[in-house]
Amino acid sequence: MPRKNAVRTYHLDQTKQPLRDALGEFRRRRIVSFDVPGHKQGRGNEPLAAFLGRQCLSVDANSMQLLDTLIHPTGVILEAEQLAADAFGADRCFFMVNGTTSAVQAMILSTCAPGDEIILPRNVHRSVINALILSQAIPVYVNPSVNLKLGIPLGMSVDDVAEAIRQHPKAKAVLINNPTYYGVCANVRKIVELAHDAGMRVLIDEAHGTHFYFGENLPVCGMEAGADMSAISLHKTGGSLTQSSMLLLGPNMREDQGYVHQIINLMQTTSASYLLLVSLDITRNHLALNGRDIYSRVVDFANYARREINEIGGFYAFSHDACDGDAFFDFDMTKLTVNTRSTGLSGIEVYDLLRDEYDIQVEFGDLQNFLAIMSVGDRPAAIERLIGALEDIKQNYGTEPAKLVVNEYISPEVVMTPAEAFYKPSEQLSLEKCCGRIATESVMCYPPGIPILAPGERVTPGILEYIQYARDKGSLLTGTEDPEVRQLYVMLE
Amino acid sequence: MELWFSEHHSADVKLSLRVRHQLYSRHSELQLIQVLDSYEFGRVLALDGVIMITEKDEFIYHEMLVHVPMGVNPDVKRALIIGGGDGGALRELCRYPDVEEIILVEIDPMVIGVAKRFLPTMASSFSDPRVTVVYEDGLRYVRRANTPFDLIIVDSTDPFGVGESLFSREFYGNCRRALSKNGILVNQHEGPYYRQEAEEAATIFARTSKIFSVARVYQAGIPTYPGGHWLFGFMSKGLDPIANYDAKRWLSLGIETRYYNPDLHLGSFALPTYVNRLLEKGEILDDVFKRVIQGQIWPPERDKIEKSEETDKDNP
Repeated sequence: MPRKNAVRTYHLDQTKQPLRDALGEFRRRRIVSFDVPGHKQGRGNEPLAAFLGRQCLSVDANSMQLLDTLIHPTGVILEAEQLAADAFGADRCFFMVNGTTSAVQAMILSTCAPGDEIILPRNVHRSVINALILSQAIPVYVNPSVNLKLGIPLGMSVDDVAEAIRQHPKAKAVLINNPTYYGVCANVRKIVELAHDAGMRVLIDEAHGTHFYFGENLPVCGMEAGADMSAISLHKTGGSLTQSSMLLLGPNMREDQGYVHQIINLMQTTSASYLLLVSLDITRNHLALNGRDIYSRVVDFANYARREINEIGGFYAFSHDACDGDAFFDFDMTKLTVNTRSTGLSGIEVYDLLRDEYDIQVEFGDLQNFLAIMSVGDRPAAIERLIGALEDIKQNYGTEPAKLVVNEYISPEVVMTPAEAFYKPSEQLSLEKCCGRIATESVMCYPPGIPILAPGERVTPGILEYIQYARDKGSLLTGTEDPEVRQLYVMLE
Repeated sequence: MELWFSEHHSADVKLSLRVRHQLYSRHSELQLIQVLDSYEFGRVLALDGVIMITEKDEFIYHEMLVHVPMGVNPDVKRALIIGGGDGGALRELCRYPDVEEIILVEIDPMVIGVAKRFLPTMASSFSDPRVTVVYEDGLRYVRRANTPFDLIIVDSTDPFGVGESLFSREFYGNCRRALSKNGILVNQHEGPYYRQEAEEAATIFARTSKIFSVARVYQAGIPTYPGGHWLFGFMSKGLDPIANYDAKRWLSLGIETRYYNPDLHLGSFALPTYVNRLLEKGEILDDVFKRVIQGQIWPPERDKIEKSEETDKDNP
């Protein structure tokens, strides 16, 4: 029964929920278990069952014939994955239970052998840098442009990607964020075209882009743009359980599906949680049938919030007006990214005030912006509270507009691959003593969410200054073994 | 057949009313609205299964919500009621001829429709020419209000549902800005007795006393509310509910009441000690009860009591 969605026609019956039905059957048959998990439908752990609910524990099961197995699916899991592939317009879908991090790792490891090059924007998620260590690939970083007015990193410009491809013709793949944390999308179709012309694969980190597959008038999704693989965090804006995720493969990958699966099985747990798996099945069904309406409501909420927030004055909730046709090619309208500069407050300050004074948790704050994520779960009353709180914050805490802070992009000096550096003998030094040395661990900074240092890169005076500056501004520094990020591991000389 | 309507006042306590008929039961976009005809309390309006108001005891709630602030500042010209879709607070406020404009902001139009149809003794003033009804989220309305109000009455449901945003800091902050210099805000402040309401009462007070220079709490006995004992909040930018109260002036207005009177006005601000401790220190009666009486945690005092009992046994 093909069903018409705004985005595409489905070929399979999307009303089906094979995993949910199998777990229902499992529950109904009251199977006597002499296998794991040891709590045996919750009976063996009363306090846990009381807290999570008996219903929930009764389907926390183990792989068995009725329920299939994620390592080698032939039954209901395979069927559920096929339905998901159909819903997302992909050729093949793998359910992932180790988070989207594992989907990102699988994309990179199945594409890059040790020593292969991969082109990617510098503002990748830390999971990508970590996957480079595992795969021993060589990163070719593209400078993400910065919107100077908003102080946010953007996507890769088409020209920069073309130049990187020209300089590194043997690179195996181009990785794209679609969208970035801030909701910025690059010209994905064009980049796919360039990469494919050069014989490279296109891998998409679509951790924040689930809704592109179901909503109307949203930026193009990876599969539709012709990408080869895409990592989807169904739990982020789709509503499945945290840590459940999907890896999508496009038609070009048909020959390599088996290899990708092998790579996934290298690292994925052999005791996949059926709670996570069934949440993927149910959420896929829900989004395939109702996603268009759900996300049109989410976009309406976000547009309403932008209108009202912009009327308060001081705050600037941007939308398509900030697009530039290239590195900021398209904007994800479900992201409520608000620039706070004219209120005299930093985004981090607003983030903290919202949490401490108003019991409102937003996704993050940086030097000049904060980001509120809108998803399937939002209610009008909650949005009114956010807007009301911003009005109150402006009145009570607002001052003169702050000076413009520009996040200068520091071009990294890659001396060796992250993997090579990571495994080299190293010593831990206090930061100021690291100048000129080669880092063997990462320093990440939120904001702006761009890695400052990755393993294998030289520590320069500019980088040390930036770390100090970010620390002074209250940014969150992470990535090093030292939780305070005052000590750094560098290669022994 | 006996038909009973029950409402949980705590997980382990119910209030049940014997019902003659169910007059109305529909889901609006926001909540389940029901009107029952009960033997003891007459008509009852319930939202999402929680009694909002009954014909028999509504006068206590509405008189205390309106006459306390009006007694402190009888010069109110412009008033705002947030919620109050049953019309009871509006009815009381319309009895003051000097009030020139009243705006009632109700988020759920169906509530007003139901009140007009089934609760005519309360919904009697919607046609008063001074009244404007706005169907909107209360927080949104005060946030956008440009002309100041002399009185804001927050007549809301509990903070566990539709009324949630009317208990937030952003709401009170925006209300403060919407008040004139002599402006007063009163709200229903939950009850002090059962844990759920008591925790909210403590939270509301902690919040409002940070925002308003004057934040006081007064009380009334209302049989159908949890614990039968309910609190109200009085907030202003300076007017004090006792020092600025002019009993003679209020009496001169000649407004007839059944619950409110000048002595009660003053007395209603005198709170039981456990309520003062709840508001000032967040101490919940439940916790004290469990600790001291049920002995879940043994305080030293308890040891003393037991010892003295033993001594009594030894020396009969």
